[in-house]
Amino acid sequence: MANSGSSVSSTAGLPRRLGDGQLNSERREDEGRTHTMRVLVIEDDKETALFLQKSLKENGHTADLAHDGEAGLSLALDGAYDVLIVDRMLPRLDGLSLIKSLKSEGNRTPVLILSALGEVDDRVKGLRAGGDDYLTKPYAYSELLARVEALGRRTAPEEQQTRYSVGDLVLDRLSHRVTRGGEHILLQPREYRLLEYLMQHAGQVVTRTMLLEHVWDYHFDPQTNVIDVHVSRLRAKIDKNFDKPLLHTVRGAGYTIRDGPA
Amino acid sequence: MTALLDRVAKAASTTAFGLSALAVAFFLFAAAIVVGFLFWQTNKLFTDQVLATLTAEARILSSEMKVGGQVKLVETVTALSRPQGTGLYYLADDSGAKIAGNLNRIPPELEAQGRGGVFSYQPLNGDGPSHLAVAIPVDLGTGLRLIIGRDVEDQRVFANTIRFVFLLGFGILSVIGLLGGLAVSRLIVNRMDQITAASRQIMDGDLSRRIPTTGRGGELDALANNLNEMLERIEGLMNGLREVSDNIAHDLKTPLNRLRNAAEAALRDPRGEEAYREGLERTIEKADELIKTFNALLLIARLEAGPLEDSTETFDLGRFVADVSELYSPAAEEAGFALTIDVEQGVFIRGNRQLIGQAIANLIDNAIKYSRGGEPGSAITVRAYRIAGRPAISVGDHGPGIEKADRERVLKRFVRLEASRTMPGTGLGLSLVAAVARLHHGEVLLEDNQPGLKVILLLSSRCLIAAPEQMGDAVPGLAAQ
Repeated sequence: MANSGSSVSSTAGLPRRLGDGQLNSERREDEGRTHTMRVLVIEDDKETALFLQKSLKENGHTADLAHDGEAGLSLALDGAYDVLIVDRMLPRLDGLSLIKSLKSEGNRTPVLILSALGEVDDRVKGLRAGGDDYLTKPYAYSELLARVEALGRRTAPEEQQTRYSVGDLVLDRLSHRVTRGGEHILLQPREYRLLEYLMQHAGQVVTRTMLLEHVWDYHFDPQTNVIDVHVSRLRAKIDKNFDKPLLHTVRGAGYTIRDGPA
Repeated sequence: MTALLDRVAKAASTTAFGLSALAVAFFLFAAAIVVGFLFWQTNKLFTDQVLATLTAEARILSSEMKVGGQVKLVETVTALSRPQGTGLYYLADDSGAKIAGNLNRIPPELEAQGRGGVFSYQPLNGDGPSHLAVAIPVDLGTGLRLIIGRDVEDQRVFANTIRFVFLLGFGILSVIGLLGGLAVSRLIVNRMDQITAASRQIMDGDLSRRIPTTGRGGELDALANNLNEMLERIEGLMNGLREVSDNIAHDLKTPLNRLRNAAEAALRDPRGEEAYREGLERTIEKADELIKTFNALLLIARLEAGPLEDSTETFDLGRFVADVSELYSPAAEEAGFALTIDVEQGVFIRGNRQLIGQAIANLIDNAIKYSRGGEPGSAITVRAYRIAGRPAISVGDHGPGIEKADRERVLKRFVRLEASRTMPGTGLGLSLVAAVARLHHGEVLLEDNQPGLKVILLLSSRCLIAAPEQMGDAVPGLAAQ
């Protein structure tokens, strides 16, 4: 296990965090596929808000800030944002009410809820209120970035695709067939789902916790880095006998599948 | 004196006194009604009797008049009008002039009415107080007028005495009743004062104090006993809390200190930038570990605080356990274990899927961590089955196991056995499993796996669902977006 010293730490509904927990702001420099996103950060703690604004800017996105619920709601309704980051406890209008009002206005901007409340039922409440993803404080910035980028891509039309392809790797969602360079690759059902999720987010960083949540539907802390072994088995099947690797490990963040330099 | 007055005033202002005063008032009211009725009845009976006597006498006198004429009547009336008797007579002629009798005149009370009634008169033989009497007129048919009556002064005096005795009785009853009320309320106030004093001391922090009981087993004793039992529990909880906070102090402060040391060491490192980077990475790593401990602690606290709001799901336990185990099987294989999954089909339960998943994860992780892999016989068995109608999950290994004496203890927070102190971990894994079990009204059993340890997460039979109703959430992984 590559990261035995620090495992993915997310208890059921509690913060989902990354392996190495490193801030990895430079990793996007060589990455052309992530488009610039407009993010609205609604967070009453100014230090956190400024940190998020600065970090998102370093990753090529723009971020506006609002420090209370009412200001946040009017900004969210006016501006065309790709993603909203909403703190759950806000002055004047709390995060969940804000999301409810927003959704009742027909606004479909994806929302990432940030919360210090990480109990099992808080997550359910947050998602029920209309949030699209839920991240518990304290979080690793790399985790937040990966989730924001995944949410920003959600509105893109490729969601409905029946075929994903990265380089010469092709996944056909109708026949459940995976081929690389025309050669059929036999995958276990779980490996298939893992690859499907990675290819759905091709070019983006996908964290271990995101994989655990979306491929396994587990919202608890697996204690050790169980995901890594699954990924390396998948990698052995899709990359091993081919000259150009597609599935890359992003140090301190997670994995990405892309046709480009490692 | 003032102190006594104060105490009396205090007793008088109590609920107990108010209640006894009210009871005395009700009693007196009821007694007054009964006595009044009795008095009125007796009076009526007596008057009726007098009137009956008088009517009989009137009949005799009028027949005497018929037989013997006026002379005989005057003779009889004069004979009857003895001064010592209680009979009263007045015979007058047409003009109202007195012919015979021991009354001086027709009583004015009767003259006005022209029929019988009560009047007062002055006795002939003295000038004492006037007497009360009852009289009726006798119809003689001629010009003569006769009034006969009875002196009832004795009865009046008797009635007055009776009335006085009753009033005196009422007075004594009220005073004794109120004094009794005061005494009773003093008793209660004293008990209450004891309880108040004891609870004040307890509030001031002396949790070992208890409320005194008399041992006579009244309701106040029952109350005091209940309060004492509550205090017992509070004291136990407080001690538990103190133990936990001591543990937190130790188990969170130690890593915090390590984190601080790492940062400080990096700052002092002469290598400069490279050392800073390494130091920061180490700091984040240690912060992550701290957060992990903190989260587990919060989760346990949350689970122990009570049931979670609508977060239960219905799912196929066997399938879920196989699924979670499958997540671990590559990691277990790499660590040198053969992971065997043995699940009973068709055990559907209703529970918190994520928390049960967390519990299984903790158990498998423990098995991998604390038993040596890569040796012959390094096997981990995960099972889902039923024990006496209760859903159960077990994880068994062939590692060093846990001594019988320690098995109870390891379920507690932050308890780490000497042998494993140096290994990574929070000391909360099994406590969390125990908390998840309690949330599902079940328990955790630690058994000898001969060799090794077998941990059984036994849920309540209440979690068992007869037939699968919603299969949607029993298929994990399809939620991928």
